[in-house]
Amino acid sequence: MTSFLQQAFNGLVSGGFYALLALGLAVIFGMLRVVNFAHGALYMLGAFGAVVLSDSLGLGFWWALLIVPLVLAAAGMLVERLLVHRLAALDPLYNFLLTFGIALVCQDLMRMKYGSHSQPYAGAPFPGSLDLGLFTFPTYQVFVLCVAAVVCLAVWLLLTRTRIGTVVRAATERPETTRAFGIDTGRWVTPVFGFGAGLAALAGVLAAPMRAVNSSMGADLIIIVFAVVVIGGLGSIPGAVTAGFLIGMLQALGNLYVPVLSQTSVYLLMAVVLLVRPAGLFGKEEHA
Amino acid sequence: MRRSWSAPSAALAAIALLAGCGGGGPGSGGGSISDDGITLGVLTDLSGVYADLAGPNAVKAVEMAVDDFKKKHGDKAVTKNISVISADHQNKPEIANTKAREMYDRKKTDAIFDVPTSSAALAVATIAGQSKRLYFNIGAATTELNGKSCNKYTYGWAYDAYMLANGTGTEVTEHGDRNWYLIYPDYAFGQDMEAKFSTAIKSAGGEVVGKDATPFPNDNFSTFLLKASAHKPKPDVVGVMQAGGDLVNVVKQYQQFKLKDKDIALAVGLMFDTDIKSIGQKNLAGTRYTTAWFWNMDDKAKQWSARFKERTGVTPTFDHAANYSAATQYLEAVQRAGTDKAEDVAKTLDGMKFDDVFARNAEVRKEDHRVVHDAYLVQVKEPAESTEEDDFTKLVKTIPADKAFAAPSPDCTMG
Repeated sequence: MTSFLQQAFNGLVSGGFYALLALGLAVIFGMLRVVNFAHGALYMLGAFGAVVLSDSLGLGFWWALLIVPLVLAAAGMLVERLLVHRLAALDPLYNFLLTFGIALVCQDLMRMKYGSHSQPYAGAPFPGSLDLGLFTFPTYQVFVLCVAAVVCLAVWLLLTRTRIGTVVRAATERPETTRAFGIDTGRWVTPVFGFGAGLAALAGVLAAPMRAVNSSMGADLIIIVFAVVVIGGLGSIPGAVTAGFLIGMLQALGNLYVPVLSQTSVYLLMAVVLLVRPAGLFGKEEHA
Repeated sequence: MRRSWSAPSAALAAIALLAGCGGGGPGSGGGSISDDGITLGVLTDLSGVYADLAGPNAVKAVEMAVDDFKKKHGDKAVTKNISVISADHQNKPEIANTKAREMYDRKKTDAIFDVPTSSAALAVATIAGQSKRLYFNIGAATTELNGKSCNKYTYGWAYDAYMLANGTGTEVTEHGDRNWYLIYPDYAFGQDMEAKFSTAIKSAGGEVVGKDATPFPNDNFSTFLLKASAHKPKPDVVGVMQAGGDLVNVVKQYQQFKLKDKDIALAVGLMFDTDIKSIGQKNLAGTRYTTAWFWNMDDKAKQWSARFKERTGVTPTFDHAANYSAATQYLEAVQRAGTDKAEDVAKTLDGMKFDDVFARNAEVRKEDHRVVHDAYLVQVKEPAESTEEDDFTKLVKTIPADKAFAAPSPDCTMG
């Protein structure tokens, strides 16, 4: 039983990464109808940001946690204004190709600069373990889970309890109707894109102390995050978060009990969800 | 599908570059050298996970061998026209297949070098057999190349899964860590390593109390580390067979879960200096593994490494040194044979005993084309023990050439 709980907890930690990334993807998709393929690259750049700040400026983890998401959010807004925005009126496929291209460029640039091996990260905080009663767990990983949960909750409150949130949700669900009410949805597009980028960067900074920091780290992870978003329901914010934590647990427990399926469980679940509920667990059927 | 997302614009970058060739004019070749010269082809990972431990610097190692050969023989060289070409196989067997064919058939390549990733190396060995041209495997670990899939055109130069498993598995078990928990990636290399380690551990009197095949690539190994630490009976050592980024992940998480404090040691199947840099020497200090060579193991290696660093800016891995060694021995064999005809060169190489910057007490085994040489059980130094940059490795024990590799496999028939 202890081992079950410990593994479930471990699943929640990796689920936290999925949730943060899926959340960013979901808000961007909701607002812009753009599947942001550069999301994995932003996660990778976030982790590299932490490494660079620590190596060249001597700034530790906490500074990185503050600075890197802000910088990459700004970069995200710039990309939205300069590139994504210009293709918004065309077939969504163009933005799909654009963001995929941006991801490849970022990845190759980082590889040219840093090589393909992983970068060491010296600034890991919380070296100890925390006694959680039934089992002990690395303090840092407990911290990651807390940050992920708090951020997801904060985004949820922002969306449901504030005027900005109401506008964003309205623009997500009924863009035409919202515009008809005289609300300028366009001015929220750039900040929302930046916000999603910032979330990916935050996940990247959190990953630096516990995962390998290299140019392909985002590309490897993003495939699963896309499956998470599809399972949760494309564009659904609670769906993305719930599915993120769910998939994390499923993988951890799957590895414990049915190791054979560990590689495929996510995709099996995705296939089943798509058959039973094509719009995803929390998604609404789109009415044409 | 999973890998194809990460396949970057490497295809575009895979421009075969002509280098090292002095541009000898037409007709300068000797009578018995085909196509007026010798072409060495380096087929390697120029842009992916193995690009740092092999990659562009493996090409430079072969170029260095060519330059040294030209300098040594001067006007007496069998031909002045020696060139080095390279291509990126992206660690994919189907690309390795196409590129190897192109090298042998269209680019007049006499011998191919390197080819990391076992499945890709097996593909190239097949083409070498069909094209009747030589292939020197440096980067791939599979024992099949000198076993079931051996042929008389393919040589195994640097290391294999048996060498790694036998060194680490046997020595660590005999040292007292009898109960093992193996964590290995679920593909050809990982499965091969798991099998070889299990055999070595059992024959040394140890036991594999638990094992897990892990997804590849994977960034969360906590599950497996938790399983290992909760396992009854308690393992003395966790043996991890991951490579590259996955190895970094598993070691970072081994540290966070503090398995060392629970008296569960760490042993690594295959490790390069590039991995030690990525993980941080401090985090790996004391970890044991087996290697074919390390840059500061003696003066001879050190002098060569200094020259290599001057050329490339980096400290060589054993893959780089072995590429240099294979290219040098190949060119010397051509010189002695007086021809670049593959069969004649092979005849000169077979049974040859040699010592060079890479291989010590080496012999090119005639039966299976395995090059046997001394291997080294080593330990990562504590940072305080290091006296200079990149000084990571402490020798624990030299494993003599006749013990380092398996006896020729009965599965190998050269034909």
